[in-house]
Amino acid sequence: MIEFFREVADWFADPTHWTGNRGLPNLMAAHIGLTVVSLAAAAILALPLAVYLGHKRRGGALAVSMVNIGRALPSFGVMGVVFPITLAFSVTATPLGYWATFVAMVLLAMPPMFVNAYTGIRDVDASLVEAARGMGLTERQVLTAVELPLALPLVMAGIRTAAVAVVATVTLSAWLGYGSLGTYVFIGFAQRDQVTVFVGGLTVAVLAVITELGLGGLERLVDPLRVIRRRHRRLPE
Amino acid sequence: MTIDWAWIGDHLGDIWQATREHFLYTVIAVSFGLLISFALALVALRWPRTYGPITWVTGVLYTIPSIALFTFLVPVFGLTSILTAQVALVSYTLLILIRNIVAGIRGVPDHVVEASRGMGMTERRIFLDVQLPLAMPAIIAGIRVAAVTTVGLVTLTVIIGAGGYGLFILRGIGRRFLTEALVGTVAAVLMAVVIDRALVALERAATPWARRRRPA
Amino acid sequence: MIRLESVTKVFPGASTPAVTSLSLHVPEGEFVTLVGPSGCGKTTTLKMINRIIEPTSGRIEVGGRDVLAIEPHLLRRSIGYVIQQVGLMPHRTVAQNIATVPRLLGWPKDRIDDRVDELIELVGLEHGMKDRYPAELSGGQQQRVGVARALAADPPVLLMDEPFGAVDPIVREHLQQEFKDLWERLGKTVVFVTHDIDEAVRMGTRVAILNIGGILEQYDRPEEILANPANEFVARFLGEERGLRRLGLLPVSSAGLERGPVVDISADPSEARTVMETHGVDWVGLLDGKRLLGWVPASEIGSTPLRDLRPRDFLVRLRPDDSLRRALDAVVTSRTRVGVVVGDDGYLGMLDVETVAEEITE
Repeated sequence: MIEFFREVADWFADPTHWTGNRGLPNLMAAHIGLTVVSLAAAAILALPLAVYLGHKRRGGALAVSMVNIGRALPSFGVMGVVFPITLAFSVTATPLGYWATFVAMVLLAMPPMFVNAYTGIRDVDASLVEAARGMGLTERQVLTAVELPLALPLVMAGIRTAAVAVVATVTLSAWLGYGSLGTYVFIGFAQRDQVTVFVGGLTVAVLAVITELGLGGLERLVDPLRVIRRRHRRLPE
Repeated sequence: MTIDWAWIGDHLGDIWQATREHFLYTVIAVSFGLLISFALALVALRWPRTYGPITWVTGVLYTIPSIALFTFLVPVFGLTSILTAQVALVSYTLLILIRNIVAGIRGVPDHVVEASRGMGMTERRIFLDVQLPLAMPAIIAGIRVAAVTTVGLVTLTVIIGAGGYGLFILRGIGRRFLTEALVGTVAAVLMAVVIDRALVALERAATPWARRRRPA
Repeated sequence: MIRLESVTKVFPGASTPAVTSLSLHVPEGEFVTLVGPSGCGKTTTLKMINRIIEPTSGRIEVGGRDVLAIEPHLLRRSIGYVIQQVGLMPHRTVAQNIATVPRLLGWPKDRIDDRVDELIELVGLEHGMKDRYPAELSGGQQQRVGVARALAADPPVLLMDEPFGAVDPIVREHLQQEFKDLWERLGKTVVFVTHDIDEAVRMGTRVAILNIGGILEQYDRPEEILANPANEFVARFLGEERGLRRLGLLPVSSAGLERGPVVDISADPSEARTVMETHGVDWVGLLDGKRLLGWVPASEIGSTPLRDLRPRDFLVRLRPDDSLRRALDAVVTSRTRVGVVVGDDGYLGMLDVETVAEEITE
């Protein structure tokens, strides 16, 4: 076991692993890049609709179905289905497997973003909303001044959940030929090289944990009641 | 791009084989997950201060990407061991199951427990006859999520050499063959839906009192 | 039946005791109500009797046995326990809920079934409700099931913690009356906790007034407490309408009834006029033998035979077991300024304000 970790350390010490197409910086950049683009697209698709429906307090069934379908749909499968389709349209400007992975990741990220934003807005204390309306705020002002700030932590939670899931699953792009941290796992299994396999997993895991902690911290920063919560330590989260 | 129905017709046997494998993997993982989660939930209920650490550990396991977890287990169990897959699959179910079991038991109204105790039921009786049955909806809800998630994750076990629907997806990707990948994906979704509905039916059968309401 | 000797309870982390050296004796067959302000330890005391809470010091005996010497769950199977939220098991039918303790005690199925039927009738439910689930019942019905369940194994002692608090006032009054009647039939020893002094005084044969910290201020029959509060705390707790409350406990039959201005219809109208003059009133009651027919104002007494007159009905006809409080209400609201009392055999007499007032000061 210790022998094995020595080998892993050696892998990281090897300078050739830090340069070139299959180098760590390159693959990590590709991995993060695809993650961010997918999250951005998912956010654009899911968040405005979720906020709108949440404000209107309609469409709860949609949120539930989205989550259920999203959970049952295997990302690997989606990638496998979209991949041949993208090949048929031979979008040569973009690298092999990029779009298939992108579509799968957007589908993966949308449900948690949607449901958290929707619930966050919808569950803002109804009496606060009513009071705001009663004071003469327009619907948009109610949204921007009352509902959004209070729902922001939950919206961030949805983004965080989606981000961690996408970071984890972009790994599969390697099987479609698009280079990411998953490439190490892919090559490792093909060459029966346990160390490379492990490196692939380790780097993805570290990235996932950083994403979780980083966005988690952001989530707390964004909480409008943060100061009060810390002061009193009695308000429910 | 069209679907090659002939191919499907030719490979029904393989599809059935994959179905059995996929189902078995799922059931084994969820069953073990349930067993372990129950044990841990009982610990958390008996010693409430352990709940935090237990959720923390299972939470970390949940955050680690499944593929990464496979890779971590490879040096331990080898490149293509069943255990590599199963240990990872089971780890994913722990967080949701433990949370739901604990929440379900804690969600039983206090006055029902107090009245039962006041009537002279032993603590064991109260747990088995009162708390557990009333916690069933929450517990089964957790099992549903765990099962559906596991069905999806089992598709990934193909990369460490297991069977199941993932095999069709992987081959479909390799051969650029839409039909094969589609079969793998659709089959996985169908299995998830069937298991989910079956569990809903189970819940309904197990909780006859939940649907009766006051006649107006 | 139940004996508390210098019982003290201090909760961990608390600076003052919840119950301080309480000594109380509940004789068999009594209905004792524990009442007092928030924090007086009444519920804590109740829960120490069936050992849901254990005393810090002191001794509690039920039926001569130390409660700490028996296995808790065995002790509780011999004591009926009714709580405010009822606590019915939502996943069991009414019949199964009621059968809980008998099943724990291992009764044979037939005996349990018979007992369930018996109890359902006893608490005033319909047999059709046996297979319903609690969620299908109203609050009042659920509370009845709770009482039936507590009585199932026929325990000699019944502990009740604000059992009627969660239902609306109209239902509550019904339940109180019915339960009191039930208790009279069954003859059990009951300890009943309430924060409502009216309920305490109305239901109990003995009332224990507790002060904050579980200090026993007075323990006596309700009439006695109302007539002679032991100290200022008790007097203030009883409130300002002490006198009226006391009247609520006394039956009409305990007051001295007068015959009053009544005359038989066979008599001559002139006798009616004499009677009215003697009593100094402008009306007269008409009797037919023992039957009270009603009253007529003086203006209608002429030469017509009394038999042919059409008497007006008395708005309220009191019964001998009605409370004097009701009688006072009748007296004050009637045109005739009296309350007539009619028993099974007929007219018994009437009361006026003075008669009632005498009872208050007695």
